[in-house]
Amino acid sequence: MSEISLKEMAKKPDALICGGRLCAGCDETIVVRQVMKATRGPTIVTNATGCLEVSTSIFPYTSWEVPWLHSAFENVAASASGIEATIKAMKKKGEGPLAKYPKVDVIAFAGDGGTYDIGFQALSGAIERGHDFTYVLLDNEAYMNTGIQRSGGTPFGAATTTTPAGKVVFGKTETKKPIDEIIIAHGTPYVATINSAWPLDVMKKTRKAIEVDGPTFLHSLAPCSRGWRFPPEKTIEISRLATQTCVFPLFECTQEKGRPVYELSAPSLAIARKPESKKPIEVYLEQQGRFRHFFRPTRNEALLKELQESIDTRWQILCEKAGV
Amino acid sequence: MMIAKQKMTGLNGDEASAFATKQVDPDVVAAYPITPQTIIVEKYSEYVADGLVGSEFVAVESEHSALSACVGASAAGARAFTATAANGLALMWEILYVAAGLRQPIVMAVANRCLGGPINIHNDHSDAMGARDAGWVQLFCENNQEVYDTSVEAWRIAEHPDVQLPVMVNFDGFTISHTMENVYILDDVDVKKFVGKRVYMKTEGPRGEVEFRLDPETPITIGPLDLQDFYFEHKVQQMEAMKGALKAINSVDKEFEKVTGRKLEFVYPYKMEDAEVAVVGMGSMMGTIREVVDELRAEGVKAGLVKLRLFRPFPVEELKKAIGNVPALGVMEKAYSIGGPGAPLYEEIKTTLYDSPKRPLIADYINGLGGKDTSPEMIRGVFKSLQKIKENGTVDEPVSYVGVRE
Amino acid sequence: MSEEKKRGWKTLPKGVVPYKSSKDYKTGDWGVAKPVIDHQKCSKCTLCHFFCPEGAITVKADGYTEVNEEYCKGCGVCANECPVKCIKMEMKK
Repeated sequence: MSEISLKEMAKKPDALICGGRLCAGCDETIVVRQVMKATRGPTIVTNATGCLEVSTSIFPYTSWEVPWLHSAFENVAASASGIEATIKAMKKKGEGPLAKYPKVDVIAFAGDGGTYDIGFQALSGAIERGHDFTYVLLDNEAYMNTGIQRSGGTPFGAATTTTPAGKVVFGKTETKKPIDEIIIAHGTPYVATINSAWPLDVMKKTRKAIEVDGPTFLHSLAPCSRGWRFPPEKTIEISRLATQTCVFPLFECTQEKGRPVYELSAPSLAIARKPESKKPIEVYLEQQGRFRHFFRPTRNEALLKELQESIDTRWQILCEKAGV
Repeated sequence: MMIAKQKMTGLNGDEASAFATKQVDPDVVAAYPITPQTIIVEKYSEYVADGLVGSEFVAVESEHSALSACVGASAAGARAFTATAANGLALMWEILYVAAGLRQPIVMAVANRCLGGPINIHNDHSDAMGARDAGWVQLFCENNQEVYDTSVEAWRIAEHPDVQLPVMVNFDGFTISHTMENVYILDDVDVKKFVGKRVYMKTEGPRGEVEFRLDPETPITIGPLDLQDFYFEHKVQQMEAMKGALKAINSVDKEFEKVTGRKLEFVYPYKMEDAEVAVVGMGSMMGTIREVVDELRAEGVKAGLVKLRLFRPFPVEELKKAIGNVPALGVMEKAYSIGGPGAPLYEEIKTTLYDSPKRPLIADYINGLGGKDTSPEMIRGVFKSLQKIKENGTVDEPVSYVGVRE
Repeated sequence: MSEEKKRGWKTLPKGVVPYKSSKDYKTGDWGVAKPVIDHQKCSKCTLCHFFCPEGAITVKADGYTEVNEEYCKGCGVCANECPVKCIKMEMKK
């Protein structure tokens, strides 16, 4: 892993190049650029319908310099399964255009829509079948591409166009689906959360995910300046705050003899060791328009308390699992 | 050129499909079981377990994922096969359009079964009819021999440079899929020789001319976003490819005829030269109708039939020629279009014949929905109805159902 | 693409394959501001290269970074994140 350093990776040309039409400051491209730096050789990418897919492939332009497939919204894991099966079959038969490569890696990108909700079945099936691919969840916590509607990944209390903060109901009343735990429960060989505010961590975990045999899952937070309502220059800052408030802790989970083994990553481990350094969720929430109703017209103590408690509980459970 | 050596063996329709596919040995088979296609997946799994094929068998968790996995596999350069029926086909409906629109030469066997609501596992053609606009080549098999032959040929049709579209091999659920018949099968080596290696479409990426498949050495984007300025043009490309498929399928048919010695046509007219009443249709019931035509002829009735093997692309010229000057034509079909002016095949045939200076009186006879048996008596009833139409010179009931209790 | 005539169904690549790289699509006119890097203060940390959504900031051989104004959308992430605050967003003329 000695070649994964900022200096070395800065030299590597991008797989996702400029000229794409995502919003200025979009975190999805930041994450994807960092992830793709960590590929180790020939790679095929498949992408679910969403902001990333739509904005990087507007005919007749493409921003992808790697082989790339998009077919539909809910099937990226099935697409990846088919590609991986092809690679396996050609290698086994010793014939076919992909047989010439000693190894071809498969990476699937999907948003929270294509993962938590409509794409969940395909993902669960692909993991159960044990295909060798890396699934990267770009979680901007709503169906952003279609106009900021709520998803299973939308956090409690967040305002979306289908869970608006109104006079009677204050944003989403359900909690965020614990996707990492669900994927870990499948026995997935490697699951990790990543945050573009820590690029080296992203790249190291991506390389690990690619190298591990079998299905691997990377969950990235992807703050959306449009949907979360903050000025675009704050994208990385808000992403960082998510981890610093333990809303989005950074960790890895591997499987050892059928048991999940959790390990907190440096930024979250530091907080676990020094709990007083954990920032209250308010510093994260007050930067985002989607949580405006927590503070205006008056502070909604009930909402703040409920959210802080649920974050604290999940953080505590994670720390226990990681043995900290 | 010598006809290839063939041996006769007993296979049901599903087994014929699986066996032919085994001989082709596609790289990826991704399928989900649904009655009455289950024997295909089971047999193929046995082949895999016994090391008789090099295919990767992907036991997908739904039909939608089955076709999605095939699209992924085919895009990556594999030969990809799947099989389904009825609601399974309905579940993959979205991806049917994607597969055809993205020009993936996938082969799919469909053991035709009626669509649920209410659920029923038995045969009719409503599943395939629902897919007729999607852009797949569709062939209908009358018997197990045709299932075997078409399942081998399908790959060459799909991958023909002028086609490059997915192909659906249709055959009646249970009637064909589960009934054993004698089938002449080729040797593995002759099948392999006929299908050869997959032929890739040539296209153009940002770096110039390239083969249409995912390869790290020649990276291209498959499945971009189209806007108003290009989508229609891309659809026309598909439509033109389907038109070109008529000639291409004919050339593959002629080549395969030389291998098997069996004639392959788009339409099969039977005793149509001097027919006064005739029936047109698809699938296994054509065999029963042929028997009735022979009986009627012996009784002095000038009966005839036209079997349609190729449904998409619709063989307009061949059909017109086969129908000829018959005065009264009945369309017998196991499908429906609720609220439409008729059922699908009737609508298409009537449209085909509308501009002809001389055209028959046509009536639609919907039958066999949900697996209700199309009996010889019922068929005789249809011919009787056609005789009355010919005598009266009018079609009093353009669309009727046969064999239904009131 | 408005200047050149768009291709029709007879000449478009088969299989709906995009035939242009997006490097031909200049997004540099999107933003109202552009980043200016003060190389005197720059610590060559390369973080701006990793934080740029467009990949418009490249690391040169000498370790300093350079902004490609043909694609920069003026989001301001680089300026906001620079650890030594050597990047300033300046309004375009």
